[in-house]
Amino acid sequence: MDDKHFSVLDLIDLDLKEHDALELRCICGRKGLGREINSPDINRPGLALSGFFESFAYQRVQLIGRGEAAYLHLLASEGREDGVAKIFSFPIPCFIFANGEPPATMFAQAAEAADCPILLSELSSTELSSRLMRVLTNIFAPKTTVHGVLVEVYGIGILLTGESGVGKSETALELIERGHRLVADDVVEIRCVSGNILMGSGANKVIGHHMEIRGLGIINVTHLFGVGAIRDKKQVQLICSLEEWDSDKVYDRIGTDEKTMDILGVHVPQLDIPVKPGRNIPIIVETAAMNERLKKMGYHSAKEFNQNILRWLESESARAVYFGRDDSI
Amino acid sequence: MLEKTTVIRNRAGIHARPAALIVQTAGKFKSKISLQKGDDCINAKSIMGIITLGAGFETEIRIIADGEDEAEAVEAIDRLFQNRFEED
Repeated sequence: MDDKHFSVLDLIDLDLKEHDALELRCICGRKGLGREINSPDINRPGLALSGFFESFAYQRVQLIGRGEAAYLHLLASEGREDGVAKIFSFPIPCFIFANGEPPATMFAQAAEAADCPILLSELSSTELSSRLMRVLTNIFAPKTTVHGVLVEVYGIGILLTGESGVGKSETALELIERGHRLVADDVVEIRCVSGNILMGSGANKVIGHHMEIRGLGIINVTHLFGVGAIRDKKQVQLICSLEEWDSDKVYDRIGTDEKTMDILGVHVPQLDIPVKPGRNIPIIVETAAMNERLKKMGYHSAKEFNQNILRWLESESARAVYFGRDDSI
Repeated sequence: MLEKTTVIRNRAGIHARPAALIVQTAGKFKSKISLQKGDDCINAKSIMGIITLGAGFETEIRIIADGEDEAEAVEAIDRLFQNRFEED
């Protein structure tokens, strides 16, 4: 889990787009915006509002839909405020009211007094709860940062790794020039979502899609190559590890052995690509991407090739019988 | 492996120019050198990595070096911090 604290204010400040947007705004209890959210789960506090506090998941974000809101209005009209006062004695991170319906005045006042933030969203409670779950699960997903460049080549997310100065950024630049996309340069943040998907993105939004190229300095890829040359995030599906050509090392010549690298417990196929003047690395990476796509479609070039060889050898030895090479039969 | 904690003394923090200085200095050594701020640890030979740390004035930075010339490396990088990257 993320060691950094994630507060209610961070939740409101998240820059989420389209189907992820939460449309949250704070309507009262601003002093409590620094409260931490420690759990990716959400709770519908219906039972707690009616006075039942056993196993009350107070540490979660509390989502209030139409039913709970109507119940609060009923409590307010009947002047029953004791139960409500008790709910604020728990260290709740925040309440979120769905459907754009503001809470009953007495509830808002109690929240203000307890410095418990109340957020309002125009979304329906079902939609809001599924979006919140998705967003919070991503935030609390295990993550790591790796030194490398993440590019999307023919739809495959490729992480280029290797020592400083081996030519990762130059390779990525050539790939961008050839119409592929840059996700992140140098520092790639990888999150493990839904257990087996590694989602890579740039570690810092401020830095955006800049690259450092020896001799040129820092360049802005979006401005130079256009918005079609970038992507915000992409699943890491293949690792190409670039390394200086070492004549003593044995490189894979056939491609039937599959090497993988473990990132956050997920095995990602890895290719070791030796770099030498005259070897066109971007084209090799492009070919690796296409080959990976073929594998995903169930066609493994190297294995298929070997199978054909085996079949051919088999038939040759069968034919030998008829051509009388063996006189004993 | 050698570690040393230092503090950023120049007002502007680590922006592009100090980052370039660190990378140039780190590049002279064979050791693997990293900088750590809080839980983020990055390669000191990567300029974008260092800028990504977002290290401002008075931030604590831990310099970590591992390799044959680690002592000299830590010393050289720390000197940059001490000299405020030749700023203000």
